[in-house]
Amino acid sequence: MTDSYAAMSSSPAPAPAERPVVCLHEISVAFDGPPVLKEISFSVAPAETRILLGPAGVGKSVLLKAIIGLIRPQNGSVELFGEDITLMPEENLFPLRARTGFVFQEGALFDSLTVRDNIAYQLIQEHVSDEEIDARVHEALKFVGLEQTFSLFPTALSGGMKRRVAIARALIHSPELILYDSPTGGLDPVTSNTIIELIAKQRDVHSTPALLVTHRLQDAFSLCDHRFDPEQDRMVPLPEGQFNRNTTFLMLEEGRLIFDGSLHEIVHSQNTFVREFLK
Amino acid sequence: MAFNAIDRTAKQIVLTVQEYSLFAWSALLDLFRPPIYWTDFLIQCDIIGFGSIPIVILSGFFTGGVLALQSAATLSAFGAAAVTGQFVSLTMVRELGAVLTGIMVSGRNASSIASELGSMVVTEQIDAMRALGVDPMRKLVTPRIFASITMLLMLTIVADAFGIAGGAAVTVFLNHQNGTQYFHMAYERLRYPDIIQGLVKPLFFGYILGSIGCFYGMRTTGGTEGVGRSTIDAVVISSVLIIFVDFLITHVLLSIFA
Repeated sequence: MTDSYAAMSSSPAPAPAERPVVCLHEISVAFDGPPVLKEISFSVAPAETRILLGPAGVGKSVLLKAIIGLIRPQNGSVELFGEDITLMPEENLFPLRARTGFVFQEGALFDSLTVRDNIAYQLIQEHVSDEEIDARVHEALKFVGLEQTFSLFPTALSGGMKRRVAIARALIHSPELILYDSPTGGLDPVTSNTIIELIAKQRDVHSTPALLVTHRLQDAFSLCDHRFDPEQDRMVPLPEGQFNRNTTFLMLEEGRLIFDGSLHEIVHSQNTFVREFLK
Repeated sequence: MAFNAIDRTAKQIVLTVQEYSLFAWSALLDLFRPPIYWTDFLIQCDIIGFGSIPIVILSGFFTGGVLALQSAATLSAFGAAAVTGQFVSLTMVRELGAVLTGIMVSGRNASSIASELGSMVVTEQIDAMRALGVDPMRKLVTPRIFASITMLLMLTIVADAFGIAGGAAVTVFLNHQNGTQYFHMAYERLRYPDIIQGLVKPLFFGYILGSIGCFYGMRTTGGTEGVGRSTIDAVVISSVLIIFVDFLITHVLLSIFA
């Protein structure tokens, strides 16, 4: 990384000795046809935000699900929080998954539950008192700017609101890793910006490691050249020529990982597909 | 080409049976392992049990009535119209109450379970639940199966009672026979083995309709069209299995009580 791409995040860059939160070793995933993912290897360090780019249908969502064992790879191994989960029985995976937050592509809110019960789902299962649940749900809704939706059902929410509720649900448990599956896909630019701002807020205020799947370059670059300012309670641009060093890129093409590096490296990549994609 | 299609279908059937066996076994074990979500169990009891009362009452009542109508015509030819009560009560308690309730509730609830869980699968709600650290087998499947077993037992008793009442109504108001004699025959000729037969079956039928509904719901693929397919499969397979298992249980119980 060159000097011109200085660290500007509120958190320091991870020390090399720190154990990665997620580590994938040559995983391959196939369903009934040809492999969807082929020998993918990368890791996510503490406090690091990795942006997974690639066109639709290259296996980005599958990769995200494989990280927490919702989909099992046929080859390779997956380490989550230092534990090898590749062959781990489902019941042992639940406590590990509870330490992560997953924002699904369409929100995947439980449509028979209110916004309050959706966000508090994990807390309800843990028999947390109603007073504490209400307080924490209000706090989570305030974080995503949707306090007025407390008692509503998901059917009464717009697409963007559903994603924000999904983010609140993923964050209420103070996860140690957050996985965002195309959180801005199909949304208008204003709502997309709101969601990217929330992701930057979580990154810069709580330093939570994250993996963000997207095919929208503007979202990826916004995360790199902006920071969340808690005083102004909004995302502000970094000074000219400076970027967040803890935000790095991965790119998939036809199930293969063809790029793993920083913003500087991706914009100067000689790979034809990467260059084509960035155009 | 045709051979390949048969081969593929046969493999698919074997695979489905294998998957269902594993699913049903795992669900059965979960019935006895904590955590059991009692609130979800009670909610499902309300949906499956209380929600099915009207159809069970109506189908039981009219089936009892039809039995009385048909049997009275035949029995009177032998001068035995007086045993209509015995005929109706034995048929309802030993056989029809359980089977009829099983099939009616299966039509209503195996389909609703399959479509509800199927919709949750295609909208990633099941994955979301797993991602939140909650086991959908324990949270969704076990309460539904447990509630199906419990409520089918209760509903069968309701169907038996209303079947006998339906037979009584036909006997008194259409066949103009003595109601006291009908109830006397209905009660006197019932034995404990008859009641045991009638109450063992719904335990199996409840398990079948609950587990089949959940199984087809949880393996839904292919969007909303897939939900429709799962619903149809759940109703058809659970109804056929109920009749098949009824045959097996009847055979076994008759040999025991003989």
